[in-house]
Amino acid sequence: MTRSTLAVRSVTKRFKSHVAVDQVSFELEPGTRVALLGHNGAGKTTLFKMILGFLKRDGGEISVLGSSPGSRVSRQGAAYLPESVAFSGALTGAEIIRFYARLKGENVARSLQLLERVGLADAARRRVNTYSKGMRQRLGLAQALIGKPQLVLLDEPTTGLDPISRQNVYELIGEIADQGATVLLSSHALTELEARTDRVLILSKAKLVADDELGTLRARAGLPIRLKVWTKPGAVREVAEHLGAGKMNGRSVELDCGMDEKVRTLSAISALGNLVEDVDVHAPSLDDVYRHFSDTSRKEA
Amino acid sequence: MFSRILTIAQQEVRIGIRNRWVLLATLILAVFSLALALLGSAPAGTLGIDRLTITVASLASLSVYLVPLIALLLAFDAVCGEIERGTLLMTFSCPISRTEFLFGKAIGHAFVLTIALVAGYGLTALVLVASGTGSLSGLTDFTRLIATSVLLGICFLALGYVLSALTRQSGTAAALAIAAWLLLVVLYDLALLGALVANPRGIFASQVFPYAVLLNPADAFRLFNLAALGASDLVGGMAGVAETLPFDPAFALVSLVVFAGAALAASATLIRRITP
Repeated sequence: MTRSTLAVRSVTKRFKSHVAVDQVSFELEPGTRVALLGHNGAGKTTLFKMILGFLKRDGGEISVLGSSPGSRVSRQGAAYLPESVAFSGALTGAEIIRFYARLKGENVARSLQLLERVGLADAARRRVNTYSKGMRQRLGLAQALIGKPQLVLLDEPTTGLDPISRQNVYELIGEIADQGATVLLSSHALTELEARTDRVLILSKAKLVADDELGTLRARAGLPIRLKVWTKPGAVREVAEHLGAGKMNGRSVELDCGMDEKVRTLSAISALGNLVEDVDVHAPSLDDVYRHFSDTSRKEA
Repeated sequence: MFSRILTIAQQEVRIGIRNRWVLLATLILAVFSLALALLGSAPAGTLGIDRLTITVASLASLSVYLVPLIALLLAFDAVCGEIERGTLLMTFSCPISRTEFLFGKAIGHAFVLTIALVAGYGLTALVLVASGTGSLSGLTDFTRLIATSVLLGICFLALGYVLSALTRQSGTAAALAIAAWLLLVVLYDLALLGALVANPRGIFASQVFPYAVLLNPADAFRLFNLAALGASDLVGGMAGVAETLPFDPAFALVSLVVFAGAALAASATLIRRITP
């Protein structure tokens, strides 16, 4: 059995009367990419700070690489990139990497090569205040990769980035996980995660409301697939009748169907022959799944 | 451990040089000390005492005002500024202890202050020696002045760290730092003088006042330097006090060291408690 990189067991954190993290439990295995999703104030950052040993928990257990949070072992093996960090603008990218490599007691020359890996080799000698937001974030990632950490915690690594920079960041995260590190990243930008995480944790109102692979979550949510059937002019009514129900909309018919009915419905559509011009299939996005789980917990509360 | 402390210190020095803090502090010290040395020489012209020594006496008073100010400005941002920027989270997630972090900052800032003092005051000494009005004994006084100024600076750096660790906003810390400077450097003296003038022969003057001077690092610094110069007859004022003290003026130096140690210990305790 592989030992889990991070184990969180019924962890609770209260700030005065307000409960920030409520009985949260999960375990992460080596080499997985895990997304921690939640709205603002759901408790993501608080959870990170407890994992790092900055905040004391009011209940439960946390084990980082088999040690307690904040211990030397855990700090040596875990790396962290906080949300919207502002490096001192007077320093160059290379100087910042050198600084953190020394603090972590890692080889400086090898750490500087990380700048190349995040695409900052040309900018290494420039001051950080000349960097764009995406470049700063990549510098932060390079910092988090110093010394091949086994656990990488990234707090909203893509917030405020343009789509290309965001893609870069996710490619890097994929590379890190491929080398055997566990990556736990928090986000509220949901749709972009789809293909890039092995597992999704959803935190809503301090509670963990979902913890599974995306596909499983999707199935559990039981959200319908939405089909949009484009018909020949004037054939809308006929198509709608054949498919039973459906919302008519000018030249198209919209209908929802469950996962298990998907193939049957599609063959029914193709049986209509040349009455149909085109079909759009909308699988529920991560956004829909996320909304489903956080709404469910809200209704229960 | 030392390599981590040095890493932090080196970073602080580099930032100090890059954002022209070092240059600015040096310029301020050089301009004021040159002005005091050159313009203030007229009344001492015929006394036949080493010009350097007289200059050191006036520079001691200058240090009392400027060094705490520079130190507080260097230090007030050290903790809360890094909290605001998020870099403290990152630094503390590395295997470095918070005391190591604080000592690194202190060493770096003290080094920045030392560069400024050596360059700023050194320039004045150089000008005086070059113009043939300074001697070797004057240079010893100069060296003592710079060394004790660094010590005074460390006292106020540590005070700055305490204030910085007490608040999460650097704006608040800046206001607190200015208030601390006003209180310890300006108002404290005024209050002591007021009490002395009100009752020059009472218990306060003989029993409380000498120790009140020891308690404040700014006053202790001035007392020690003027007493060491034997300059009471030259500059009067506070220096005249030295001869009537119930203790050796070297105690003032001990008081500086104790203050610096206590303030550093206090800031180390505080920084261990904060959540970055």
